[in-house]
Amino acid sequence: MNKTLNQKAWYFVIPVFALVAFNAVVPLMTVVNYSFQETFGSNVFQWEGTRWFKEILHSERFHASLGRQFIFTFIILLIQLPLGIAIALTMPKKGWGVPVCLILMSMPLLIPWNVVGAMWNIFALPDIGFLGNSLNSLGFDYNFTQQSGDAWFTTILMDVWHWTSLVVLLSYAGLNSIQPAYYQAAEIDGASRWDVFRYIELPKMKKVLTLAILLRFMDSFMIYTEPFVLTGGGPGNATNFLSLDLVKMALGQFDLGPAAAMSLIYFLIVLLMCWVFYSLMMKDEGRT
Amino acid sequence: MAKITLKDLSHSYLTKQSNDADWALRGVDIDWKDGGAYALLGPSGCGKTTLLNIISGLLKPTKGEILFDDKDVTALNPVERDIAQIFQFPVIYDTMTVYDNLAFPLKNRGLSKTEIDSKVKEIGEMLELTSTLNNKAAGLTADGKQKISLGRGLVRSDVNVIMFDEPLTVIDPHLKWVLRSKLKELHQKISRTMIYVTHDQIEALTFADQVVVMHDGQIVQTGTPVELFEKPKHTFVGHFIGSPGMNILPCEIENGQINFEGKILSNNTSIKKTNFSKTQIGIRPEFVNFSNEGIEVKIKRVSNTGRHKVIDTECSSGIIKILTNASAEIPSDSAHITFEKKYTYVYGDDWIIE
Repeated sequence: MNKTLNQKAWYFVIPVFALVAFNAVVPLMTVVNYSFQETFGSNVFQWEGTRWFKEILHSERFHASLGRQFIFTFIILLIQLPLGIAIALTMPKKGWGVPVCLILMSMPLLIPWNVVGAMWNIFALPDIGFLGNSLNSLGFDYNFTQQSGDAWFTTILMDVWHWTSLVVLLSYAGLNSIQPAYYQAAEIDGASRWDVFRYIELPKMKKVLTLAILLRFMDSFMIYTEPFVLTGGGPGNATNFLSLDLVKMALGQFDLGPAAAMSLIYFLIVLLMCWVFYSLMMKDEGRT
Repeated sequence: MAKITLKDLSHSYLTKQSNDADWALRGVDIDWKDGGAYALLGPSGCGKTTLLNIISGLLKPTKGEILFDDKDVTALNPVERDIAQIFQFPVIYDTMTVYDNLAFPLKNRGLSKTEIDSKVKEIGEMLELTSTLNNKAAGLTADGKQKISLGRGLVRSDVNVIMFDEPLTVIDPHLKWVLRSKLKELHQKISRTMIYVTHDQIEALTFADQVVVMHDGQIVQTGTPVELFEKPKHTFVGHFIGSPGMNILPCEIENGQINFEGKILSNNTSIKKTNFSKTQIGIRPEFVNFSNEGIEVKIKRVSNTGRHKVIDTECSSGIIKILTNASAEIPSDSAHITFEKKYTYVYGDDWIIE
């Protein structure tokens, strides 16, 4: 059968192309433009080549914030994934408990990020915050504004509170799509509860978990608003993650060139990591 | 291997039952011999899967008991009952190899490595899976996967009964034949009790020695394929089995004889009881003949299926279908038809009057 060739259909792509050009391509190219030049304002530019890239890649400040970023992301993935799956496994499958659980789970996701930051800031204040005050009266020496360990603890707790629900909801959707026959067959085969999880539930959740890991990786790797409101990167540079550092460099010090180079490197790291995750997790899919 | 007895089994998915419609199964009594091949046949929603899940132990019946070899197993779970069940679509463990899939039920029962190995290889051979034993199970085609499900049921030599819940639904038509004859062959080879659930009459009739026809949660007839065809005990069996199904039309009963279309027909039984709310005459299209006398009908439509002609004729009580061979001469406008006495039945409130 011959398909009719009609290239006019391309016209339909124009609006999308224009939109993407304005909100992604043009800003990105502006950043690329800055990253190769030096500017002192008034639209005067001077070509610098790859100088800013070299500077950033060798800068200890960048290494430190990148390291912090990786540790943070690693920790929250390590907590949120198992916790999210565990909660999803214990959620009811039918009855009035389903909507109640789903609504409770969605609530943290609906709260604006700066509100989350502000909430946790007040919640964790050592003198008047419920968390901070309780911890101190229990005998812990807790002060997230002054002790870096406490700042990390609070930031991670806040992120777990804010985002574990996403993993829960995705896992729950994955679990619910498993046909009852799988559980019945496992029961007949004499499988243990662990076997059911290991050989049925986990493989069937693979796709949603891949999605969960990708989303949680990207979001946590680019986290900005919540720690900005909660700790502002402090105390000192203890919670100064990549995005916070980037904004400080660009808007605080007005080093537009190095900041542009840094954001491009940042962008490429996120892209690369996502690609690595995705291809690792989808390795076997081609054969099915 | 076991003989299976179901005693007055009823099941409802509701906690309170007020009328018949609330029951998925009503008063099922079955006696199945050890090593037999049985089919449960009925349309979707008639309760056949419910019955199967009760026999396997996945469901606990609301009332009644299940006996394996005269031992009450009603309270036992599927593992304790030692049964195998194959589901409508292939259920496999995606991350395991074909070999591990087949070995899984044996491993869970604590068999030794060498025992497992010989069993798995034997079943693999029987199902022609030997060449793929070391492949990931997820990579197989639908019928390959269904063979694995089948294999996991057959690999255990101690099972009391193997149950199939419409196992060929997802299989391509040409492979259906292959797998179906494979099942029949397996049954002869290992002679275990097998129960096959289906809504496809051809599958049921080719697989089983005894077919149990279910309708609205009840067993309406149990019999060999020939019995179901020649002497349906319930109008539903008449409708459901055969293509086209039985002609079932309202009739009157006068002095123990059938009065249909103002003509007295006799079917060699004298009908004693008459207080039915409705009485019907039933005759299969195969047993209706054109004649010079008899009931007057108008020919409405002739459809040729290749091997047969199906003729829709109309009398004042309704449509009567007639099945003739493809070369038969069909009268053009109006005709007279007669029913073969031996295969003419009367139904009172849908059940046969004998």
